[in-house]
Amino acid sequence: MSADTPLPNPIRPAFGPGEHEGTTVVNIGPSHPATHGTIQIVAELSGERIIRADVHCGYLHRGFEKECESHTWHNLIPYVDRLNYCSALINDFAYCDAVEKLMGIEITPRCRYLRTLLAEYSRIADHLTCTAAALMELGAMTAFLYLVTIRDYVYEHLADLTGARVTYSFGRIGGLARDLPDGWLQRLEQILKEYDVFVGRVHGLVDRNRIFIDRMRDVGVLRTAEAINWGFTGPVLRSTGVPRDLRKDTPYLAYAELDFEVPVGINGDNYDRYFVRMREMDESVHMIRQLAARLPPGPISVDDRRCVLPDKHLVYTEIESLINHFKLIVDGPDVPAGEIYLAHEGANGELGFYIVSVGGGVPYKVHVRAPSFVHVGGVHRMLEGYQLADLVPTFGSINMIGGECDR
Amino acid sequence: MAAPVHERITARWSTAVQDAAVSHGTLALLISPEQLLEVARSLKTDFGFDLLLDVTAVDWPTRDLRFDVVYHFYTTHDFVRVRVKTRVPATAPVVDSLIPLYDSARYAERECHDMYGIKFRNNPDLRPILLYEGFVGHPLRKDYPKRREQPLVPYRK
Amino acid sequence: MTPDNRAARGPGALEYLTTKKDEFIGWARKFSLFPYPFVTACCAMEFMSVSSTLYDTDRFGAALPRFSPRQSDLLLVVGTVAHKQAPVLRRVYEQMCEPKWVIAFGVCATSGGFYQNYAALPGIDRIIPVDLYIPGCPPRPEMVIDGIMKLQDRIAGDRHPILTETF
Repeated sequence: MSADTPLPNPIRPAFGPGEHEGTTVVNIGPSHPATHGTIQIVAELSGERIIRADVHCGYLHRGFEKECESHTWHNLIPYVDRLNYCSALINDFAYCDAVEKLMGIEITPRCRYLRTLLAEYSRIADHLTCTAAALMELGAMTAFLYLVTIRDYVYEHLADLTGARVTYSFGRIGGLARDLPDGWLQRLEQILKEYDVFVGRVHGLVDRNRIFIDRMRDVGVLRTAEAINWGFTGPVLRSTGVPRDLRKDTPYLAYAELDFEVPVGINGDNYDRYFVRMREMDESVHMIRQLAARLPPGPISVDDRRCVLPDKHLVYTEIESLINHFKLIVDGPDVPAGEIYLAHEGANGELGFYIVSVGGGVPYKVHVRAPSFVHVGGVHRMLEGYQLADLVPTFGSINMIGGECDR
Repeated sequence: MAAPVHERITARWSTAVQDAAVSHGTLALLISPEQLLEVARSLKTDFGFDLLLDVTAVDWPTRDLRFDVVYHFYTTHDFVRVRVKTRVPATAPVVDSLIPLYDSARYAERECHDMYGIKFRNNPDLRPILLYEGFVGHPLRKDYPKRREQPLVPYRK
Repeated sequence: MTPDNRAARGPGALEYLTTKKDEFIGWARKFSLFPYPFVTACCAMEFMSVSSTLYDTDRFGAALPRFSPRQSDLLLVVGTVAHKQAPVLRRVYEQMCEPKWVIAFGVCATSGGFYQNYAALPGIDRIIPVDLYIPGCPPRPEMVIDGIMKLQDRIAGDRHPILTETF
């Protein structure tokens, strides 16, 4: 069973060994601890220095866009969750927002505030994961454990609300699945206090640590013009010095009413990306506190029969509600023909949904503009010229999420 | 309610292109494939659209010009988006590559080629990116059945 | 895992000794699992959670991951395996030495999950033999720990021959 037929090579690298004098071609991944899942980097090394890097993704291609063409608009919400699985709620809300705009639905104020709060909460979870993984790969196991502990509190808390820890499927077209349970906001405040304690410890361990600075400062440097040319957005672009953030530039949901800053870096190196993410988490906590204080009462979902399921007691007693419920589940909400591209500020950058509808309950095409995919296209610029050991923190600092990159 | 940049683009290009309309906050231009490089260059240098967000395609199998190749541009100065669509037939799905203008086109065009089979002139690297060597066909086309698998490793038992 | 196919011969004392030897080796192996986390997708988040402080796999001896297949004995396939990744998984499995166990972590590794299309492998047991399936999308850490404990029970009760055909 082992040596009869050789296994096929799924990729064709851009260069082979022996093209230059004195260089070695090394294959890193796709099953590798530092490639965050499934990226393969074929690197040509001269000694320890990377001369050329050919980055291959696609090892987690799960056919999201093809699945979208055979499920109803509502059935897609679990698929959409699993794109950027570290901050799943942001994907939910971006998709639901795009479909709602196509249908011409305006969500309720409570839903708007709650979606903003949960999106920022998810962003915290994502940045915690990214920072924890990056620090663990540098050897700071304690910092990893601190950050993953606080992330676990966030997961349990979201499981109280949505029923799941990692991929929630909580957004609905026209609103949310359910309202907050009792005591949720009190627990939120407790978790935010614990967050301050844990993240304070990590700052103390890492920020002015000689080894950390030596490994991260001036490594993986990216300049603004090059970043925009290669399509970078999000914390990576902000680390180069430009304060481009969709939440401030083109506000959506409740961001226009909140007071927050957009942290920027100086150099565009790994240290800046780490610090931009830590500061963004603090800004998210600040936003969550503002939102929790000003959450308006009212219904969670819009009272619109085209997409929102009627209440259960009506479904069991009235024939119109029964038929409405049945049609929505079996055929899906009827979205008018048209197309829309809507982008939210995901944890990695601009997360865009391009949706084409020809009417009916099933989409014609759903395309995701995934920030991780674009970043993987440009990461070789940040790897070439640096040492092989610098590949680990640089790759960790762009926060490549496989589900989003390969869809 | 169109942004001022949208109005300037419409003023400059609406006579030369097939369609220009604002929908859901984005200006959508429908152009012919030969105009693509010129329009993109004008958007980048004259109107400041410095970020090419995405390249994708839509398959309309009943139409003569089967594929819509769709580009999304964004300006980090005025914060508006523009969508540029061009139509190509299934017999000759070739458009110009935007690599001379935007390096973010490299990966995006590779993916579009992988999924739909659109060829991009002057893109030197159209290797499969999400699919693998040996995959036959373009899965996002409407005539590719969703469940047709092409396993690389033969199944056991 | 290769069965000992020498016929049982000799007095019962030999069988008592081999049973005790199997119990001892089984106890040692089950509490010193070195997982190879073949991590691909969202289940990785739960894998990180189950390895860290709140739901600790270190209590079960299964905490230290070894990222080389030559040094590990438990292949934890975490997340969806796409067709592109399948040769990689097969190669990693073949590079591991006996004794080895495979856990399919999550429904995508078990059966493909809800990705029934051209791109996702419908379950890793199509290409490698699997010892334990942990369903869930993603499974809660408690389920993962339950799965590891079941695997440990199986390892404890297994036969652990010292001399095998291929030694």
